Amino acid sequence: MSDAVTRADHHPHHDPHKLGRAHGGGHGHHGPDTKHTIGAGEHGPASKRIIVGYGFWIFLLSDIIMFSAIFATYAVLHGATAGGPTSAQLFDLSNVAIETGCLLISSFICGLAMIAAHERHMLWTQIGLVFTGLFGLAFLVLELREFADMIAHGAGPQRSAFLSSFFTLVGCHGLHVTVGLLWLGTMMAQVWAKGFTQPIQRRLLCFSLFWHALDIIWVALFTIVYLLGAGQ
Amino acid sequence: MSSHDQGVYEEDLAPGDEHSQVLAGVRGYAVGLILATGLTATSFWVAATHSLWGPGVPIGLCVLAIAQMGIHLAFFLHITTGPDNTNNVLALAFGVLIVFLVVAGSLWIMANMNANMMPMPMNQMTNLQMQHG
Amino acid sequence: MLGKLTLAAIPFDEPIPLATSVVLIVVIGSLLTWITVKGYWAYLYREWFTSVDHKRIGVMYCLLALVMLLRGFADALMMRSQQAMAIAGAPGYLPPEHYDQIFSAHGTIMIFFTAMPFVIGLMNFVLPLQLGVRDVAFPTLNSVSFWLTASGVLLINVSLVIGEFARTGWLAYPPLSELKYSPGVGVDYYLWSLQIAGVGTLLSGINLVTTILKMRAPGMTLTRMPVFCWTSLASNLLIVAAFPILTATFAMLSLDRYLGFHFFTDDAGGNSMMYMNLIWAWGHPEVYILILPSFGIFSEVISTFSGKPLFGYRSMIAATMAICVLSFLVWLHHFFTMGAGADVNAFFGITTMIIAVPTGVKVFNWLFTMYGGRVRFTVPIWWSLSFMVTFVIGGMTGVLLAVPPADFVLHNSLFLVAHFHNVIIGGVLFGVFAGYTYWFPKAFGFTLHEGWGKAAVFCWTLGFYLAFMPLYVLGLMGATRRMQHIDDPSWTPMLYVAMVGALVIAAGILCLVIQLVVSIRDRDNRRDLTGDPWDGRSLEWATPSPPPVFNFAVMPNVEGEEAYWGIKRTAIEQQRLADEPQYEAIEMPHNSPTGVITAFFASVMGFAMIWHIWWMVILGALGAFATFVWFAWRDEDEYEIPAEEVARIDRERRRVRTEVLLPSLSRPA
Repeated sequence: MSDAVTRADHHPHHDPHKLGRAHGGGHGHHGPDTKHTIGAGEHGPASKRIIVGYGFWIFLLSDIIMFSAIFATYAVLHGATAGGPTSAQLFDLSNVAIETGCLLISSFICGLAMIAAHERHMLWTQIGLVFTGLFGLAFLVLELREFADMIAHGAGPQRSAFLSSFFTLVGCHGLHVTVGLLWLGTMMAQVWAKGFTQPIQRRLLCFSLFWHALDIIWVALFTIVYLLGAGQ
Repeated sequence: MSSHDQGVYEEDLAPGDEHSQVLAGVRGYAVGLILATGLTATSFWVAATHSLWGPGVPIGLCVLAIAQMGIHLAFFLHITTGPDNTNNVLALAFGVLIVFLVVAGSLWIMANMNANMMPMPMNQMTNLQMQHG
Repeated sequence: MLGKLTLAAIPFDEPIPLATSVVLIVVIGSLLTWITVKGYWAYLYREWFTSVDHKRIGVMYCLLALVMLLRGFADALMMRSQQAMAIAGAPGYLPPEHYDQIFSAHGTIMIFFTAMPFVIGLMNFVLPLQLGVRDVAFPTLNSVSFWLTASGVLLINVSLVIGEFARTGWLAYPPLSELKYSPGVGVDYYLWSLQIAGVGTLLSGINLVTTILKMRAPGMTLTRMPVFCWTSLASNLLIVAAFPILTATFAMLSLDRYLGFHFFTDDAGGNSMMYMNLIWAWGHPEVYILILPSFGIFSEVISTFSGKPLFGYRSMIAATMAICVLSFLVWLHHFFTMGAGADVNAFFGITTMIIAVPTGVKVFNWLFTMYGGRVRFTVPIWWSLSFMVTFVIGGMTGVLLAVPPADFVLHNSLFLVAHFHNVIIGGVLFGVFAGYTYWFPKAFGFTLHEGWGKAAVFCWTLGFYLAFMPLYVLGLMGATRRMQHIDDPSWTPMLYVAMVGALVIAAGILCLVIQLVVSIRDRDNRRDLTGDPWDGRSLEWATPSPPPVFNFAVMPNVEGEEAYWGIKRTAIEQQRLADEPQYEAIEMPHNSPTGVITAFFASVMGFAMIWHIWWMVILGALGAFATFVWFAWRDEDEYEIPAEEVARIDRERRRVRTEVLLPSLSRPA
């Protein structure tokens, strides 16, 4: 290491073969006129709200990719009923329509609650969050009732590969809704106990992203699983 | 980094953020709700009715679903095409690309494999095994 | 009460696992006793276990990887010796059910618990320093990620003592891994240790992507980032995109095993080919997750020690991002023989060959960087040279395997085994070793011994060729992988050479250990007082070694590529450092036990799931939820480092810099 401690100055200042670029920083790729629109960079780290929101956004995308793997499995195994009931025999679209309505309204109210939280209005925020949760809960109850009904009729997940993938796909979404409800509960308690501090505002932002994303996944779900499945 | 929290220069937005007033905000969500409800209702109608050309129904449903996801993204998640959203949109595009590759790739591979491998009824397979055994 | 767990789970009747268990318990026991006697627990807990400092977490990741390298390599030695012994009727010393566990554990450990933690550890340590910021985006989450990985390591090692490990190969293909054919707990150990570690990896990927895209020093635009940051970005994007698929796949296999679902079973419509399809949709991006950061390390090392900027910086970025996307388009080449038609096989064969193009671009860039440079032949550059030769061979056999008809001959043969060891040892491992030597002084403040390092390079390189070139030949002769005994005596010479190769690699590992021990012993003579021992070009070398907890007293203002090189040249040309900045107090995150607690509950839950101890599962789940609520309840937890303290530390750094960069100024004083 002895030579490593000797300094920079014995390095060639010229590139005899013109292969590397010149030494030193900056090689004409910068300057005040260069606009790098992608992300922060010109001005240092982004604000904490952006960092947290973006990180959560990346998490949501990874979650969506996880769903895509289960969607792919469902699509592949859709016909593998092993002599058991098919999707056309099982699905009750009116129940699904109500579920969809619950989730959509829940998502909408969640948005309103976020506006209230932005305005730091405790009562309206809490009312919004309560109704967000209630509609979510209604969705969950309807889904569980559907599951119980299917299992009671011998169409449980152990019946066939198709039903395994159906229960896993829809159940995974349901599990996400459940986790969302638990999270919602802790958020309501936090807002109640601590008010609208910056950290809590950030957590609310993440929660609302999560909740809206679940609705997006549900759109894919009811279209591919229920609407397309009921017609076949 | 909290000193940056009130930073003057924000080149971009957190996903889900928007800069607007209460009324405009509520109006945005309401428009989103109405559009989403309309698309959902159309989807359910398309699936239930028999008055449409059968083979076109799945494609129609997929188009409606994609449209509705777009509505959700724009009105509920506030993912827009503005310059302050570039990073969020790029991440989304990457995610959508991966979703597409995984789903389409799996379906293509598995359909091709099923077609080539010609699944054999169970009893035939047992017969084969007994012959060889 | 204890589910499937009984005393019979401990292998009293099998001498080898029993002896290994005893040794393991004695070693760990004496280590714990030593820590207790010396009274280091409080220090370890305060300074390391609960630390949210990215540098500490990075170091812990690397340490974990080195320890697991020993474990995984012990498995390798056992496999090589078994195959060298059990030829033509001889039984060898490992019964099949044990041998199967060993090759499964070897693959699993080397990929998930050696290569991954090493790569993630280096990224963790280096990225914030190179980006010129004070920590990653989510420091506490970073700690959670590490401890979840450690939890996976714990479970996989517990399987050695209690129960058994999977006998299914490192990817646990069904239907073999289904309950019907693997009724024991081996596959469950596999599933839960990887599931838990996988969540940790995913969180880490999210964290680092956010760090790179949203937290950079002022002026550090994307196209000014060091190449290591770019390759890390690509690698972490792949983690975010690929690991969820793994999670979903393992979850489905678990549902099959635990609740009687029929995803991959061979009855009731299940389709085991869907498992291969999904696992490789994760598995192929995974190898690029490992290799891309290594490419970044080589770029840094070669540029630094050639004393030149990296040749073709922009083409390097383009190649990296091209690989990032292409790696998601090739996964079928792992199962060409599964029965897809010519069109599908041809498509994936061609995409696989295309991915060699950006990789070739990189190799030429490295060569041209060295060309005309004044290369200093240090240990990292020796790793790089060995890499370039070895990796190109591995790449070419890879292109060969990408030809579907050739693959039909070579699938699951030792040729394939030789190929992927060729790219993973020659690419990933040599890369992380280069990075380890290169950044070690930054982490600990003293350099590693050169002689032992060079000996390690030599032994690893020679050992690699001796161990794996014969496997290429054997593969062409028709030897398949994972054989517990060999029937064809004509393969004997090659197997002996491979065995010798494994021993030479063992010598290489020994050299690494000795290097570390000797360097620690002589650390006072090996101190890097400058903070810049290699005459580096990126921002991590602007900090003292080891860097203060806040990395940078004032965030550096980046004005071009090779940020630190620019600062250094300016200082030398103007014969003075930049003006002393206005120091301000710095807020840093508090230490947090969240990671340790989360991992504790994850381990409890995993263990309980493996052994079907349902009450313990519920307890673990409740504990995890309570931790979440407790953590969610926290208020902003930062402490302040006063401006005077920041100033004191940074003035010392400036004094040293002046001495080093501007000797004429400091000499009179």
